[in-house]
Amino acid sequence: MPKEINKSVPETSLTGDYKFGFHADLETDSAPKGLNEDIIRLISRKKNEPEFMVDWRLKAYRHWLTMKEPHWANFTYGPIDYQDICYYSAPKKKGDGPKSLAEVDKEVVRTFEKLGIPLGEQKRLAGVAVDAVFDSVSVGTTHQLELEKVGIIFCPISEALQKHPDLVRKYLGSVVPPTDNYFAALNSAVFTDGSFCYIPKGVRCPIELSTYFRINAKDTGQFERTLIVAEEGSYVNYLEGCTAPVRDENQLHAAVVELVALDNAEIKYSTVQNWYSGDKEGKGGIYNFVTKRGKCLGHNSKISWTQVEAGSAITWKYPSCILQGDHSVGEFYSVALTNNRMQADTGTKMIHIGKNTRSTIISKGISSGHANNSYRGLVKVLPSAENARNFSQCDSMLVGNNCSANTFPYIEIENNSATMEHEATTSKISEEQVFYLQSRGLNKEEAISLVINGFCKEVFKELPLEFAVEAVKLLEMKLEGSVG
Amino acid sequence: MLNIKNLYASVQGNQILKGVSLAVNAGEVHAIMGPNGSGKSTLSRVVTGHPQYTVDGGVLEYDIGGQMTNIIGKEPDERAREGIFLAFQYPVEIPGVPASEFLRASYNAVGRHHGLEEMDPIDFDVFVREKMKVLEMDDKYLDRALNVDFSGGEKKRNEILQMAVLNPRLALLDETDSGLDIDSMKIVAHGVNTLRSKRNAMIVITHYQRLLNFIKPDFVHILYQGKIIKSGGPDLALKVEDKGYDWLIK
Repeated sequence: MPKEINKSVPETSLTGDYKFGFHADLETDSAPKGLNEDIIRLISRKKNEPEFMVDWRLKAYRHWLTMKEPHWANFTYGPIDYQDICYYSAPKKKGDGPKSLAEVDKEVVRTFEKLGIPLGEQKRLAGVAVDAVFDSVSVGTTHQLELEKVGIIFCPISEALQKHPDLVRKYLGSVVPPTDNYFAALNSAVFTDGSFCYIPKGVRCPIELSTYFRINAKDTGQFERTLIVAEEGSYVNYLEGCTAPVRDENQLHAAVVELVALDNAEIKYSTVQNWYSGDKEGKGGIYNFVTKRGKCLGHNSKISWTQVEAGSAITWKYPSCILQGDHSVGEFYSVALTNNRMQADTGTKMIHIGKNTRSTIISKGISSGHANNSYRGLVKVLPSAENARNFSQCDSMLVGNNCSANTFPYIEIENNSATMEHEATTSKISEEQVFYLQSRGLNKEEAISLVINGFCKEVFKELPLEFAVEAVKLLEMKLEGSVG
Repeated sequence: MLNIKNLYASVQGNQILKGVSLAVNAGEVHAIMGPNGSGKSTLSRVVTGHPQYTVDGGVLEYDIGGQMTNIIGKEPDERAREGIFLAFQYPVEIPGVPASEFLRASYNAVGRHHGLEEMDPIDFDVFVREKMKVLEMDDKYLDRALNVDFSGGEKKRNEILQMAVLNPRLALLDETDSGLDIDSMKIVAHGVNTLRSKRNAMIVITHYQRLLNFIKPDFVHILYQGKIIKSGGPDLALKVEDKGYDWLIK
């Protein structure tokens, strides 16, 4: 995130506490708890959606009812009671809701300011357009006018459904079908907001686009949906950040992100995920079940995922690329950090369909405390994918003796012209490394942070500079006190 | 500057040091020799505060701000910031961390403690390249990951470069000559000699007298079974070279 953000956030206290754990007391407009067809109709009505969406949602819901929650991931968690979750919660507003940022509830604006995301026109961040999503609704999007001038649409997906229904309809569910998996089906039925980006032909998006997700309300799930379409020859750099208050109960977050890149288009998608991860004993925290997938539909297109996963009690997330266009490129750069009782099962899928498609996977897992960190990845080369190439590198680092790290790489090759390279390492931060650096005057925390930063270097260099600074700070904070 | 009296120390339950006494003053160079397993490396690690070594008894004092101060229990980084330095026998690899970044972080950590302003990357680059010249080090060194894929000789030069950058008051060199060919040893020894001054002291740990031809010690001590059994001048090292340790042990 931009420098301004760092300045506006109070200095990291280095106590290892979760500094985003506050919540705002707000009057909310909430649906009753539970999930049924009426709730889905209510959500669609609240969002003023076009007719086809109600059917789309209900179809997804009916399919979801036939599905079972998947339990193949390498973690355990208590049962989720889907009837005990509130599927719609928005800060209460007068009339039909804010027409402009000026009408957004002051408490909401203050929350985002505390998070380092000023929304007001005067104070907004230079160089980045922000869509701020608060529980179930987008409360404001900056820089919209400037973007419109070059034909870029960047708005809440609920707004896009009203203003550009045909465009959304064409691509929604085209990468992640509503029936794709349990959590994607649930999301398709009840998603409430998220961002829509459309970059027209030949346009290089002049600023970075970003969405900031904030869960505030209690007992509420967040089900956001993001759709990015990059037309022929266009380019966009998209950033995503997320936080939530400290609460004793687990909260469900099941998002779907779809990216579509047409001929010669490029999408770079970076995430710094810092949802509340529960306390030291593992009480509370976000259950993060996310389906992220990009389709390189066009010839020579490119999709690049970079993620820093540092929060959530449970992370289940596999940002993937379908390399359909010939000569298309997919990349996945990931740092996943787990501490205390956190559990992460994360990785990627690279599906090679087109000729001469290339993919790169760099995954760095860091596990400390009693955490459990797994990389799970699939590289699949279909018969049509002549000369496909993949390079995978999966490194794990253990901090302390009570954590674990696992790697589950799957490779399915159906075309023997493919070239695959896979490297994997597991290492421990050694006492010798820490002693060596300490004997040069660095304190223990600085020493550990230097080793970790070195370990993550190949991923951090893919992040926009300011985002990388943020990520480094986040890891330092998370690892505070984790080496005995 | 350093006062060790009747020091006992152990690692993983094995007592290695069994009553070492050694006094080092500013301006002096002490050589410590002894057969394998006599406790030479242990002594260097106990003085620098390695967490795996525990002091079982005795005195370990170091001059901090003109005051002889007990340093047992102080963190390794506290000792380092007060000017104690260990050139490692086996320097550790830190993947992904460029040598330049590490050196500057280290220099600034020590400098901050003494109230100095942090040096920015550009000034530091000039500063460090000057030091590298003395050690005849390759320009590419600064961009390489710390000690990763360094040859034995490069690792040892890198240790002495760190010493030059930090300018410690008390430097312990743990078998800095091991694994070096004669030319590299001359360069390393020259680097060490340029750092000798009236204000600082060195403890040179070595198996062989060879290094002491290039780094001339004021005192030579023989460590055996966790105790200093003989101390003398530079000629003691020559005698050991000639006759081995047997005559001292019997």
